[in-house]
Amino acid sequence: MSAEEKIKQELLAKFKSLTDDKIRIQRARRIFADVALEDFFSVLDYLVKEQKFNQLSAVTGMDEMDKITLIYHLAQETGIVFNLKVSLARLNPVMKTIIAYFPSGEIYEREIVDLLGVKFEGLPEGRRYPLPDDWPAGQHPLLKDWDPSILDKK
Amino acid sequence: MAEKRKFTIPIGPQHPALKEPASFSVALKGEKILGVEIKLGYNHRGLEKACESRTFIQDIYLIERICGICSHSHSTCFIQAVEEIASLQIPARASYIRTLVGELERIHSHLLWLGVAGHEIGFDTLLMYSWRDREVVMDVLAELTGNRVNYGINTIGGVRRDITEEQVKTIAAAIDILEERTKYYVEVAQQETTIIKRLSGVGLLSHDDALRLGAVGPTARASSIPRDVRKDDPYAAYAELDFKVITDDHNDIYGRTVVRLLELMESYKIIRQVLAKLPAGDICVKAPRKIPAGEALSRYEAPRGEDMHYVKANGTEKPDRVKVRAPTLANTQSVKTMLKDRNLADMPIVIAAIDPCFSCTDRMTQVADLNNGSTQVWDWERLRLQGIEWYRKRGVDFTALNNKLKQRL
Repeated sequence: MSAEEKIKQELLAKFKSLTDDKIRIQRARRIFADVALEDFFSVLDYLVKEQKFNQLSAVTGMDEMDKITLIYHLAQETGIVFNLKVSLARLNPVMKTIIAYFPSGEIYEREIVDLLGVKFEGLPEGRRYPLPDDWPAGQHPLLKDWDPSILDKK
Repeated sequence: MAEKRKFTIPIGPQHPALKEPASFSVALKGEKILGVEIKLGYNHRGLEKACESRTFIQDIYLIERICGICSHSHSTCFIQAVEEIASLQIPARASYIRTLVGELERIHSHLLWLGVAGHEIGFDTLLMYSWRDREVVMDVLAELTGNRVNYGINTIGGVRRDITEEQVKTIAAAIDILEERTKYYVEVAQQETTIIKRLSGVGLLSHDDALRLGAVGPTARASSIPRDVRKDDPYAAYAELDFKVITDDHNDIYGRTVVRLLELMESYKIIRQVLAKLPAGDICVKAPRKIPAGEALSRYEAPRGEDMHYVKANGTEKPDRVKVRAPTLANTQSVKTMLKDRNLADMPIVIAAIDPCFSCTDRMTQVADLNNGSTQVWDWERLRLQGIEWYRKRGVDFTALNNKLKQRL
């Protein structure tokens, strides 16, 4: 059994709420998994502590029109990257911060706050990133229905 | 005397000590840094959003312009994700050419860094030397791709330009010169007291902190973390090539210097293997205009560390989402730790030591003749000759030195 397949089987055995179709091995060293919001932290905890995914490569946020999806790209020393996906409600999306696991997550979370308007509970106060300080409130450019013409109005 | 008061001073976004826009809010007590707050984003141009409204082919050229130095890193990283979604197998020759350009880019970037580091510690001779030598690799890149930066060599399914037997010889000759010069820099780094004293113990980042803060590239490797995407998650032709991941246990800027210099030696080794093994055959396969729905995550070891692109396609000719995470962003957290409790005077070199990105793309200059109002465009060679001639007339002549160097090589 390959290392990727082994991780998948161990996850399936450990978490009853995960099913075979939720975990996809796309190619060698690439695993994608969808988890429910309520399971997210127990799966993350297990991946970091038991499976040694000790590097957070980045957090991707995207607007899928009916929901906001976050992907946590977790890397292992073996080169395997686990892409942990979680979906949030598109209206008032809220997620908890992961800085207790990865301090480097702060900047990635701030980016999602600015570009997609997701609120991260537990994220300390700090300078915004990457939009300018005088950016109009409530404008999140990576939302698919965002209208850039707002910037033209003086 | 009164007790020293705590001050907070702003540095940047525009500041003579910084080569690119970033704003640091530094809390000081006397000369000692108590803490640093970093504000980034002055260079944010909304490229991820812009990618969504352009085709995959247009995006290659847009993404190549994210950075003026790691341009090939970004375009390769992006294109690998697109090729994975479209299930394209690129020809072996193409992946060797991508590797070749990638390593040449690493050489140009590391030599550039060496010069900047020299400049930041007031050792400008090192800057002049390493940037002169860097011209050797810039010329090779210009000959191979037509450009000093933003090479435009990548396309979906392979590369756009083949390399000739003659070019293979040119590259091999250039690598010999660069290797000779790098050996000299390694010697300088090992023996020159100014460098050793100024860089040792400065910008400390312990092994545990580097792991905890997710440092990447030479910054991580100088804290004994053997993290290198070329080895851990091989792409292009790296799985078939023999090279070492350079690490160092100094945990400071001296270590980062050593790592980059020894990495240069590995790059020469890689390029020699690429030239020797370069497979014959096509350089490109035909790629569909519309990329099937799917997603992929691609990683690439840029000169500054792990570059990461996530691409989601929706079956049209435009991507649904392109996410880019450049290595400097991953290293900014470490900078705060490196600066804490250090002297303010260490700040420029500490920041420079993670090698934050800035571009150098000027290659044409318009010269206006004030007497008759005419203008001419001078290329790089013309400007260079003008510079040499101008100094020679004033008694500064390096011809003898240059000839001596050529003889030594």
